Amino acid sequence: MPRTLITGARNTWCPGCGNFALQHTLKNLLSDREKEGKSLDDVVLVLGIGCHAKIADYLNINSFYSLHGRSIPAATGIKLANPDLTVICCVGDGDAYAEGLDHLIFAAKRNIDITVIVHNNRVYGLTTGQYTPTSPIGFKGRSTPAGTVEYPLNPVELMLASGAGFIARGYTRKMKLLKGLIRAGIAHKGFAFIDVLQICATFFPATDYYDSHVYELPATGSGDFEAACALAREWDYNSDAGIALGTFFTRVSPSFDERMIPVLAGEEVRERAIRELFDARM
Amino acid sequence: MNEVSVLIGGKAGDGINSAGAMVAQLLNHLGYRIYLYFDYPSLIRGGHNFAIIRGSERDVGTCRNHVDFVLALNEETIERHKEKYTQKTVFISNRDLIKNGAYGIPVKAILAEEKAPVIMGNSALIGGFAKAAGIEWEVVDAVFRRHIPKGADLNLAVAKKAFDLFDPVQLIKKSENPPQPLVSGNEAIGLGLIRGGLDAYVSYPMTPSSGILHFLAEQKERFGITVVHPENEIAVILMALGFAYAGKKSAIGTSGGGFCLMTEGLSLAGMAEIPIVLVVSQRTGPSTGLPTYTGQSDLQFVLHAGQGEFPRMIVAPGDAQEALLWSETAMDIAWKCQCPAFILVDKTLSEGTYSLDPAAARNTYGAGPLLWDGKIPYRRYEDTASGLSPMAFPGAKDAVVKVNSYMHDEAGITAEDAEISNQMTKKRLKKWEYLIEVMQGYPGVLQSGKSDASTALLCWGSVKGVCEEAAAELGLRVIRPVVLAPFPIDKIQKALMGVKRLIVVEENVTAQLAALAERHGIIIHEKILRYDGRPFTVEDLVSRVKEVGI
Repeated sequence: MPRTLITGARNTWCPGCGNFALQHTLKNLLSDREKEGKSLDDVVLVLGIGCHAKIADYLNINSFYSLHGRSIPAATGIKLANPDLTVICCVGDGDAYAEGLDHLIFAAKRNIDITVIVHNNRVYGLTTGQYTPTSPIGFKGRSTPAGTVEYPLNPVELMLASGAGFIARGYTRKMKLLKGLIRAGIAHKGFAFIDVLQICATFFPATDYYDSHVYELPATGSGDFEAACALAREWDYNSDAGIALGTFFTRVSPSFDERMIPVLAGEEVRERAIRELFDARM
Repeated sequence: MNEVSVLIGGKAGDGINSAGAMVAQLLNHLGYRIYLYFDYPSLIRGGHNFAIIRGSERDVGTCRNHVDFVLALNEETIERHKEKYTQKTVFISNRDLIKNGAYGIPVKAILAEEKAPVIMGNSALIGGFAKAAGIEWEVVDAVFRRHIPKGADLNLAVAKKAFDLFDPVQLIKKSENPPQPLVSGNEAIGLGLIRGGLDAYVSYPMTPSSGILHFLAEQKERFGITVVHPENEIAVILMALGFAYAGKKSAIGTSGGGFCLMTEGLSLAGMAEIPIVLVVSQRTGPSTGLPTYTGQSDLQFVLHAGQGEFPRMIVAPGDAQEALLWSETAMDIAWKCQCPAFILVDKTLSEGTYSLDPAAARNTYGAGPLLWDGKIPYRRYEDTASGLSPMAFPGAKDAVVKVNSYMHDEAGITAEDAEISNQMTKKRLKKWEYLIEVMQGYPGVLQSGKSDASTALLCWGSVKGVCEEAAAELGLRVIRPVVLAPFPIDKIQKALMGVKRLIVVEENVTAQLAALAERHGIIIHEKILRYDGRPFTVEDLVSRVKEVGI
């Protein structure tokens, strides 16, 4: 019998929230996975803290509802502990680009085989409307009522610089494309990063802007790093420019978890090693 | 009783630690129990390093003020340690660098003669020392061959040249004890964790805990473990929790500053009920403090770290033997009680080297962790009589394993209503009581010294060695809680029977164990505190105890 993928938890996202589209997409991907005969017992969702993270309560799969900014190191531990698991991080933009930026960069650098989906609404929702690292300059939030005086960072460019092997950008109102990107990200052997533009219905309702600026890249990603850098710089999360959606860059290299697989030693082997060590110290 | 203290000193980078280890092995093979203290400033080259190797016919864990032999690799060594010399102290020195050394060795000439590299200069001093101490050449030969796997012959040739220079001056008598393994506190912790079933050790380098990271990283293939050195301490604890969530036993190691960064992760472990072992090795604080010196000033911090209320276990072993035993035990407890278990040590213990009895008793395992019986639906936080919920790990068939940092219901789904908050808080409180019950079965308080003495020293951790020796000299009792949380008050009360005067001995400025004991109604009469980063010596403590009065 197929698993009921949605829990009975009451959904508390605002009407029109971009998170619904992401949840729906993940649900469909999980359902597809089950239809392909793969178990959902091997899937783990790892969350930060923020509106995005409530998906832990809504999807009926294994989940580690972590701390703000800290989903990625928890996910890294899970994947190292059991490389057979499919580990997906749902993180927010404040979560992954501010509080936990170090972990994001290092996960890309290490090439740990996890998929990081950034619910990027470019504003803190749950803490009621402050600017995030991807809010445009001049953004008037509750901590910056006169407008921010700092430029946003460009996460696509950052991930290129950090060595990520799969870099994509999606948009919650292009659900077919989004599903394809997440599917490809999960299938990618190594670190996969997907920045997902979504509106915050309450604090950053940018639907019209995104609708009029997004365009889709050709279906397959390229391994051309220079071209990917140029493409990433086309829109810097601040300027008025076309916003490319799709895969910016792919490159497969040995993953951290592959390289770190320990040769297991049973209790007897360990005890013998301890005895040998004691002997060598006499 | 026979005992001997040897000081070896030189510049950082002179190989003082390894030369000290060789001297320790010589004494080990003469049948002595060893404590080696290594003192070094926080730098890589230059500066003054020294090691004091103390050998005794019975177990030791501390130094005395005086030394019997000095192996000086430079002039500074002789100058710096004047207060440690007696009329009998024998000086073995490098004659090329020290003009007035009594037993000067022409190191340069010996090395040239043997065509040996500069690095073997220390072997010349050890050879000279061995002869001056009346150690038979056969012992030197055997120890060098055992402990220098490469280049033993050349080192021995260098040592022999110096050995032949002198006549015996002050004989170190042979003892009947067989040699024992010499192990640092950090290594003992690593080995204990391995025995406890460690799968993954995660750590960011920080003195004085780094030795565990280095040791386990070097030995990981032999023990079949994963060792990870992540980007910072926040990642360290989260990764370790990720391992444990997926069913692998993990431990972290750090010192106070790194542990500061881990406190949100610790609180997560408390709320999400994920087992984890944390090794916190104290150094002199606050802040960066004295990175390579000792202290016991983080007890109250470790007791209270992390927001909210959740059970935790803290053990403070007193030497390498106890570190081995209690590290194994801590892993067992963490998984049995699904809570954080701390091994709280310090620089003295971590980086000190001790003789260890390899045949000593191990942790007795009762039941292992409580595991899910496969009955669906699986609920990670099922409320039970003991408060313990059966564990399942992702990948288990039909188990949806949800752990959560938010207040949550039995299934692990976020819940904010008052009733569930009450229920789940009480569930965690029950677990606390369960932990207390489990810890009743362990020797959480150790008593030594004169058992009917009416004056007792109350202490914890690495001051064990010095307190026991001072107590032996003065005829006192020593009461030492090894378990600090849950605080074993009943056992302490029992140990206090007949005690009329209680003197606390700690290496901090506010008497943190005293505060903990006083909170439980124990009356402390005097406090003897040291907080300059250096461990108490026996003479130092004896005179301080006499000062406050027995």
